[in-house]
Amino acid sequence: VENVRLLDRLSSRKATLGTLYLTATHVIFVENGSEARKETWVLHSQISSIEKQATTATGCPLLIRCKNFQVIQLVIPQERDCHDIYISLIRLARPVKYEELYCFSFNPKLDKEEREQGWKLVDLTEEYNRMGVPNNSWQISDVNRDYGVCDSYPTEVYVPRSATAHIIVGSSKFRSRRRFPALSYYCKDNNASICRSSQPLSGFSARCLEDEQMLQAIRKANPGSDFLYVVDTRPKLNAMANRAAGKGYENEDNYSNIKFQFIGIENIHVMRNSLQKMLEVCELKSPSMSDFLWGLENSGWLKHIKAIMDAGIFIAKAVAEEGVSVLVHCSDGWDRTAQVCSVASLLLDPYYRTMKGFMVLIEKDWVSFGHKFNHRYGNLDGDPKEISPVIDQFIECVWQLMEQFPCAFEFNERFLIHIQHHIYSCQFGNFLCNSQKERRELKIQERTYSLWAHLWKNRADYLNPLYRPDHSQTRGTLWPQMAPCNFLYKFWSGMYNRFEKGLHPRQSVTDYLMAVKEETQQLEEELEVLRERLANLQKSQLNDYKVKSKQQDRSKQLGLSTSDNSLANTPQEYSNDLKSFPSRSPSQGDEEDSALILTQDNLKSSDPDLSATSDQESGVEDLSCRSPSCLPSEDSGKDSDEAVFLAV
Amino acid sequence: MEFAELIKTPRADNVALHRPFYPAVEGTLCLTGHHLIFSSRRQDNAEELWLLHSNIDSIEKRFVGSLGTIIIKCKDLRIIQLDIPGMEECLNIASSIEALSTLDSVTLMYPFFYRPMFEIVEDGWRSFLPDQEFELLSSATDEWRLSCINKEFSVCPSYPPVVIVPKSIDDEALRKVAMFRHGSRFPVLSYYHKKNGMVMMRSSQPLTGTNGRRCKEDEKLVNATLRPGKRGYIIDTRSLNVAQQARAKGGGFEQEAHYPQWRRIHKCIERFNILQESLIKLVEACNDQSHNMDRWLSKLEASNWLTHIKEILTAACLAAQCIDREGASVLVHGTEGTDSTLQVTSLAQIILDPRCRTIRGFESLVVREWLQAGHPFQQRCAQSAYSNSKQKWEAPVFLLFLDCVWQILRQFPCSFEFNEQFLIMLFEHAYASQFGTFLGNNESERSKLKLPQKTMSLWSWVNRSEELCKFQNPLFEANSLVIWPSVAPQSLQLWEGIFLRWNRPSKFLDEAQEEMISIIKYNKELQAKVNALRRQLAEMETDDRMQENL
Repeated sequence: VENVRLLDRLSSRKATLGTLYLTATHVIFVENGSEARKETWVLHSQISSIEKQATTATGCPLLIRCKNFQVIQLVIPQERDCHDIYISLIRLARPVKYEELYCFSFNPKLDKEEREQGWKLVDLTEEYNRMGVPNNSWQISDVNRDYGVCDSYPTEVYVPRSATAHIIVGSSKFRSRRRFPALSYYCKDNNASICRSSQPLSGFSARCLEDEQMLQAIRKANPGSDFLYVVDTRPKLNAMANRAAGKGYENEDNYSNIKFQFIGIENIHVMRNSLQKMLEVCELKSPSMSDFLWGLENSGWLKHIKAIMDAGIFIAKAVAEEGVSVLVHCSDGWDRTAQVCSVASLLLDPYYRTMKGFMVLIEKDWVSFGHKFNHRYGNLDGDPKEISPVIDQFIECVWQLMEQFPCAFEFNERFLIHIQHHIYSCQFGNFLCNSQKERRELKIQERTYSLWAHLWKNRADYLNPLYRPDHSQTRGTLWPQMAPCNFLYKFWSGMYNRFEKGLHPRQSVTDYLMAVKEETQQLEEELEVLRERLANLQKSQLNDYKVKSKQQDRSKQLGLSTSDNSLANTPQEYSNDLKSFPSRSPSQGDEEDSALILTQDNLKSSDPDLSATSDQESGVEDLSCRSPSCLPSEDSGKDSDEAVFLAV
Repeated sequence: MEFAELIKTPRADNVALHRPFYPAVEGTLCLTGHHLIFSSRRQDNAEELWLLHSNIDSIEKRFVGSLGTIIIKCKDLRIIQLDIPGMEECLNIASSIEALSTLDSVTLMYPFFYRPMFEIVEDGWRSFLPDQEFELLSSATDEWRLSCINKEFSVCPSYPPVVIVPKSIDDEALRKVAMFRHGSRFPVLSYYHKKNGMVMMRSSQPLTGTNGRRCKEDEKLVNATLRPGKRGYIIDTRSLNVAQQARAKGGGFEQEAHYPQWRRIHKCIERFNILQESLIKLVEACNDQSHNMDRWLSKLEASNWLTHIKEILTAACLAAQCIDREGASVLVHGTEGTDSTLQVTSLAQIILDPRCRTIRGFESLVVREWLQAGHPFQQRCAQSAYSNSKQKWEAPVFLLFLDCVWQILRQFPCSFEFNEQFLIMLFEHAYASQFGTFLGNNESERSKLKLPQKTMSLWSWVNRSEELCKFQNPLFEANSLVIWPSVAPQSLQLWEGIFLRWNRPSKFLDEAQEEMISIIKYNKELQAKVNALRRQLAEMETDDRMQENL
């Protein structure tokens, strides 16, 4: 469709004219004119809602909201075209079969072997070995080999050695969806562990001997402690209501030596509404400060984030400080439980704060334990009540921690944002389906590619320049500030207003430091080359000429050997080599000169010449330089930063 | 008056000092004429706390048996608690602190007694003279002149002795214009935009009154700044309503009929007690120990602090936009032209002029647009967030300005030569200082107090390399462009470095800062090494060639 206008949400005066294309996988808007025709790509699977608004004099407006928080406003001249697009998009955005998803057609041009390597990057067996299991008290159980006990669990489950198959199966029958207690994290240093399950089917009085034995086995696997924490992450009221349906929570009297604790994280419906309310605030046109803060508070979003963090902190404290094992559950044990276990693991173990470790963590606590990605993120058309930003909240918790501990994480904010993007994009097979069982049946690994390999390949983009493996923040357990910590939780505009670049800091400290570090590395290499060359030159001079005393002094300063060397270069060769550094004439090679490397290559924004030609007054660096095939919907256009303060 | 008279108990032993995030320390408390000194006697790590009495905003005392507790709330927003054994000692100390922290006479303030322990390289009182500023201007344009009309402060008591005015307007006309402006603050040059020759002027409100008085000289003066056929903008920092009400008191605004080449835009920047109350509420919220997320956000909202920040920044951006984008000259004023006007003119310069983003340039900006322009620091900064007395003169106008600068700095972290610490330092010294820079309400008072002769300038201390290095931003890369900050609520944040400074542990953030500095330092060292080697190689190579040619 031609002559479509793409509206800028922040200033209605600005709109770009272009052509709209619909493909099998993307909506593409191509701007008219100008040499660099700006393109906006949106994956169908990212579309969360499409709204057709009342036709105006200029055309028919179409509002597309995306799951990665992009909002696109189009005006289509013909009402009929608009309707056609609307109908097509509704259909395309809600596929009914997995095969319709992008990952089955996405081809990054890798051969079979590379694809298989990609899937092997994250290996959970290796991960449990790293934690130190199997060992004397923990073993792999094959009880769920053919998903016979629990169809949402992985085939390989780690349980206490003393828990026999009989106990496991018995316990599974007493748990919602048969999700019996299994190991999530094991702390080598003190044998304390984090286990996870679903709620017990206790009703008002039911009990199950095997389940009681199971919990006892978990407690006994940690000889350092004489009790076990059972953490129910639900509000007490919700848990009690479940009793009427024959579910509920553990009765402290029936289980020996447990300490039971409610945490009070709300359910997926509350969270969905909360996000909805917060996004409404983000979408407000020029809100006042009060509108924004009031709306943010009213959404309750940060309160929920804090509740999840508090739960994670509680568990991490129990494990690291008290040396007590913890069993975590909510209702089904695949949402809140996943959030809380992974936050606690992240606090406890520095490995999960590395790039690779974070991938492993998501693979372990989310993917393998049957977090229902398909239902929660609406990959296939389904029940809208199942949709909820569960993993988004976890990702935000990580970001909040990164803000408090800037040196503790190997990866940066962009890494988190891209993971969030791909959870919804369905471009890679990792997050398809609701369980391992379904993924194996679909042969995901043979038919699609792994996101982890893709991120790993581009890991240079995701590094946190402030991270150092030997830094004190990097090591050991992270202890976020508990009291009074409300103000530590902040609105994450980098995520929720991600596509409104105008709202973000115009210069990125991370990118600047990354550029500096890259340059540092180049300098290190160059220094090495120069030293070598100098040494060779000095040797050759010693051999061929009488060397001036001045230079002799220098070679002594540098501690270079002046002994005979058969590899001595001739001066001619040396000066040829010099040409490999063309732009820098050595006679002027002062500091100013090399400072330019940084300015020109990496910080175009600081270049004064831009002011004459570009709209980029503020020296905004365009950060969205990912290759379009990987993140097509990344708006790669430059911000024209038109100041719109003239609202009279 | 002798300070000794006020100090009944100069020293108390076994005093316990409590601060958030630190274990309590026991030690000795001493009172001097200007300081409260606490020193711990722990052998391993002797600690001393020096607190200027003038930094104390309010004190509270409590007794449990004979153990007295004094809670000291400072203007820099810190709160400390001292447990003093002995009721009499405690009462004496409390009353001494109260008296010493509320001395009436300026000449009793610490700057008059302070003797610097550092070598003075440059006299800060002479670092930023108007003549130098005018010289810079003259290199770009000859349409302006330096007028000495206010020598002896005879025309306008809150203006400096020399001001920059259009060349075509003589002193006689200026006198008439002064009569037509509130507090005689006639329009003067605030900023000249070299890129397009547009200017920003500032003044106070015109005294039009209810009957629409006009002044031909005033109209001539403001029109003199316009290019032929060009229009200008008047930014009135008050809402139209407030500006209209001002007419009843003899004030007012420029009528379209009399200033046809000017378009007036009203902004709504709050004043005085509204700002002071906002600060009090905000600090109260920040000190609230409760764990409730909702209460925090609603208290933050109710304080309106960020709303004020947004208003001020928006007005400044508007002024900058008129000048740079619309190519129009601008006149900024509110009522007196000593508060919101200065916020707008100084922030607009930070947006427009890269020089103001350097350390020296920013100091010069503070001197020009705040000190010389007659912002009444002594009145405004007499009390801070914990004050009980509600005098109407107090207002965190300068703090709001610094906060706005911080917001821009946060959005452009590589475009400023100075760092957050520099802004925090200025905040501290504006409220309590050993230096005379922020004493007095205007240049006239400062000259009467003979501050340059009797006190040390803050700039003499800051502009030494030992101090400067603490305030340098390691990320700074000169950016000669205009920087447009975002004023959307999502882009504005609470300035934690000020408001949460004493109630959050900053260890991890400090470590990040150190890491940043060391990354950049290492890079610079490598650059130097590589360059040295390159030079060396080049020299040797030319030697070689010479040898060969022989």
